[in-house]
Amino acid sequence: MWQELREELHSRGLEIVTVALDTEGADAAKPFVDRAAANHPSLLDETHKVDELFGVVNVPNGVWIDEQGVVVRPAEPAFPGRNPVLDSFEKLDLSTFPPDVAEMLAEAKKIKTDPPAYKAALVDWVDNGAASRYALSPDQVIGRSQPRSSDEARAAAHFELGQHLHGSGDHAAAIPHWREAHRLQPDNWTYKRQAWNFEDPVRQGRTPAYDSCWIDDVKGIGAENYYPPFVP
Amino acid sequence: MLLDSLHLDAAAFEAGTGWAIKPEGACRGDVCVPLPVEARADGDVDVEVVAQRLGMPLVAGDGPDVWAVGPATAPTGRALTTAVAPELELPDLRTGDLFRLSSLHGQKVLLLAWASW
Repeated sequence: MWQELREELHSRGLEIVTVALDTEGADAAKPFVDRAAANHPSLLDETHKVDELFGVVNVPNGVWIDEQGVVVRPAEPAFPGRNPVLDSFEKLDLSTFPPDVAEMLAEAKKIKTDPPAYKAALVDWVDNGAASRYALSPDQVIGRSQPRSSDEARAAAHFELGQHLHGSGDHAAAIPHWREAHRLQPDNWTYKRQAWNFEDPVRQGRTPAYDSCWIDDVKGIGAENYYPPFVP
Repeated sequence: MLLDSLHLDAAAFEAGTGWAIKPEGACRGDVCVPLPVEARADGDVDVEVVAQRLGMPLVAGDGPDVWAVGPATAPTGRALTTAVAPELELPDLRTGDLFRLSSLHGQKVLLLAWASW
């Protein structure tokens, strides 16, 4: 999905580095990288480090970093000129799906994104650098990065403890830590979707392990608010 | 960052948290937060003292000698303390080799987080 854009913009000075947030490891993420025949760095982040380091709270999220290693746009929803996942939902006939899947797809169709605007902004920055209206000042970058109160910082610590327990083979012990991470930072979708996906892959529906699930939480905030709008 | 001790050497603390312990304090990018003298003991970092100064939560794990220290909430109250990009070191799925984000200095970078789920 990003390989095509990388081909278009690499000769103009942009490198794309993808980071797979997958606690399940390379087995989960590598097939996608292989299929894309990616020729850019394609990293694996099992502990969702980029949430802590850059304030990522959902995927896909992009961060722009200039030639001096300075962030000029903090984490925000990012699309390579189109959104193949949501585009593919447009053509579906929901009546052909089981009711719970149809309900999920109906919500997903309401999610708002603006892939052409994002790509146009990215190209503008690649071509114009600091003079681009989309390149933000350091103060704007910090101010627009995600809020980090004590609760949000504690959420990261609990997510990591859960990941450690899961990775050492005690998945059941990870669940209370992930529940706590969700309680402390309810708008962090990477912590939620990662955890739900272990109990009910893909569908991320209601399970005994969590009081939350994809459909209930998306309806709770309103699907149109799932991604914040792109702000130049 | 996961810990099995509340005292560790400065290099390990920096690798895990991004904060370098220097004479002027705990530093990240262009920001330095002064530290009290008790933050350093025999060359090691006293994690409890530094964590409190930087507003990092220290959460005990399930067993003995396991803690997770979360990211700093001071001094900005935002995910980014500075616009200087933190180092990011992760394995590349294509080769298994460790990749460092700082190796791309001199180029524009789009760092793109995605997931299989």
